Amino acid sequence: MISRQSNRIEKKFNELKLKKQKGLICYVMGGYPNPTSSKKIITSLIEGGADIIEIGIPFSDPIADGPIIQEASFRALQNGITPDICLNLIRKIRKTYPLLPILIMTYSNILQKRGFKDFMESAKDAGTDGFIIPDMTIEESKDYLYYSKKLGLASVFLVAPNTSDFRIKKTLEVSTGFVYLVSVFGTTGMRNSFNNYTLTAIKKIKKLSSNNNNISVGFGISTPNHVKLMSNIGADAVIVGSAIIQMVNRYKDNNIDNLQNRLKNYVTSLKVACSET
Amino acid sequence: MTKLKEYPIDGKYGKFGGKYIPETLIPAINELEVAYEKIKNTLNFKKELNYYLHNYAGRPTPLYFAKNLTDYVGGAKILLKREDLLHGGAHKTNNCLGQCLLAKKMGKKRIIAETGAGQHGVGTAMAAAVLGLKAEIYMGSIDIERQKLNSFRMELLGAKVHSVNSGTKTLKDAINEALRDWITNVKSTYYLIGSVVGPHPYPMIVRDFQSVIGKEIKSQLKKFTTRLPAALVCCVGGGSNAMGTFYPFLDDNDVSLYGVEAGGLGIRTGKHSATLSVGSEGILHGMRTYLLQDKYGQINDTHSISAGLDYPGVGPQHVQLKDIGRAKYVTCDDNEALDAFFKLTRLEGIIPALESCHAVSYAMKLAKKMRKEQNIIVTLSGRGDKDIDQVIKFSKKYISGGKVGDFSTK
Repeated sequence: MISRQSNRIEKKFNELKLKKQKGLICYVMGGYPNPTSSKKIITSLIEGGADIIEIGIPFSDPIADGPIIQEASFRALQNGITPDICLNLIRKIRKTYPLLPILIMTYSNILQKRGFKDFMESAKDAGTDGFIIPDMTIEESKDYLYYSKKLGLASVFLVAPNTSDFRIKKTLEVSTGFVYLVSVFGTTGMRNSFNNYTLTAIKKIKKLSSNNNNISVGFGISTPNHVKLMSNIGADAVIVGSAIIQMVNRYKDNNIDNLQNRLKNYVTSLKVACSET
Repeated sequence: MTKLKEYPIDGKYGKFGGKYIPETLIPAINELEVAYEKIKNTLNFKKELNYYLHNYAGRPTPLYFAKNLTDYVGGAKILLKREDLLHGGAHKTNNCLGQCLLAKKMGKKRIIAETGAGQHGVGTAMAAAVLGLKAEIYMGSIDIERQKLNSFRMELLGAKVHSVNSGTKTLKDAINEALRDWITNVKSTYYLIGSVVGPHPYPMIVRDFQSVIGKEIKSQLKKFTTRLPAALVCCVGGGSNAMGTFYPFLDDNDVSLYGVEAGGLGIRTGKHSATLSVGSEGILHGMRTYLLQDKYGQINDTHSISAGLDYPGVGPQHVQLKDIGRAKYVTCDDNEALDAFFKLTRLEGIIPALESCHAVSYAMKLAKKMRKEQNIIVTLSGRGDKDIDQVIKFSKKYISGGKVGDFSTK
């Protein structure tokens, strides 16, 4: 039985399909640069047109992340951001936006340390809809999947351009909410352009998936043109992270209104591209 | 009952080990696993590796009865497995030659590696040079500062050294950066991990290549006695020299196994690297293991006088051995290690690596409590030339004004 909460993601994708739009998933680092600004940043992303919000919980050793998100993690931890602060942030966002799909993106050890059960229960209680854990493999996911199912949380697994057909099928089976296609060989971070292998990978996973599977493409995407490129090939949604974080990293003065405006305009430009395909 | 030597089972040592890695690395890890199983027992591979180990690196290394040290301590005999005499100056060469040869058989031409103290980096650079491979080494910028000589040696040997400025700028961050490189260049690149850590099959592969230490001990010991040693004592950072020493003895239950972790400035100060002694279960660098971490799961800074033990994780097989009580893990602090450094230097004329001094120090404690006819084997994992600056800096008790004082062991 999938609970109502996990349905927020499904509902969102259904709604987008009816509107013939692609989804825009925006990533932020939880509590960064500070908890108050973080909430304001998320608000501007939503107002700009983000369909789904991914909240990163900073980890000391983020191996899947490039320099931009690494810097944000490092600074967030230096500022004393804890998983609980991030969960509180989710709780607040949830109150304002009861229908918004919210996912947590973090690394296995953050869940492991408190215990998968405890951590996932707390996340659920705060209003989280699911998890994206880049160092969680299908092979090691027994506990994680058990509690995801039990709590009705989405467990988003990742697929890479070099993932075998057999493994893609397995991932499509166990992944709930959506499947996260990593567009490039490398870590998170903006790219100027994409190679053919990225487009091949999108086509391949679309071919192997059914209508029930939502495919979201992430890593490197930062411009409306990127969004169109991925959408035209068949992505159901795009994920944008580093480009947003870089705007936050560069935010040095205290003019949060200015940052909010810039973020909102930027996200709107991406969302417009999502609707033009 | 399953013999301990049969682990890993499904990539795990009990519940530890496994593979917690980004999806991009899964094909590479699977390729490695398949290639290793296929290649490791072929006559051709074994012959070639043996050739390099014997003719190039200088194996077998001696098993030396440290009579002066034994007499000084009083008690059990202390024997030293002289990995410090191996080409490169540490046991790391065993693994570097093995994995570089494996990489070559797999058709990989670019080798990446992480290094802390620089010994694994130097070993990788040497093995890559002799086998005609291109090596790039990731090293924390703080470690480069601490171990300038080794970083320069790597460059001399033709390797490219990347300075890592993220996180704590030490070994764990060098591993993170090497993993990121591997994710980016997964098709062309072989990641040569330097210890019994990382995702399966690395802890197994590194253990297998280091097991030459334990195997040689077993056969060399026959010249001294018909009995198995009473105890094996090794230092543990990631734990590769210890695992290589222990492995052939795992199912010989009469042999006590001791892993000595870096107690640093003392466990209570929090400035140490005693992962097994005071760490807790966690997931890092592709494995489920013990970690030094805070209550939220963030990885802690570590400290040790020896950069080679300065790692917040540990090999998963060690965790299993600790859990079932097969091996005992103890600590030795910076001062005790320094003391052992001077004792071994003066009594035996051997300048040991500070890493190895941790094992020597504990072996001395242990020997005192044991009978004369018992044997303790200490793996002297490396030589101490690289540590001279560090010793000068920290041993004011023995050295003043740049001169060695009247330290005496008589």
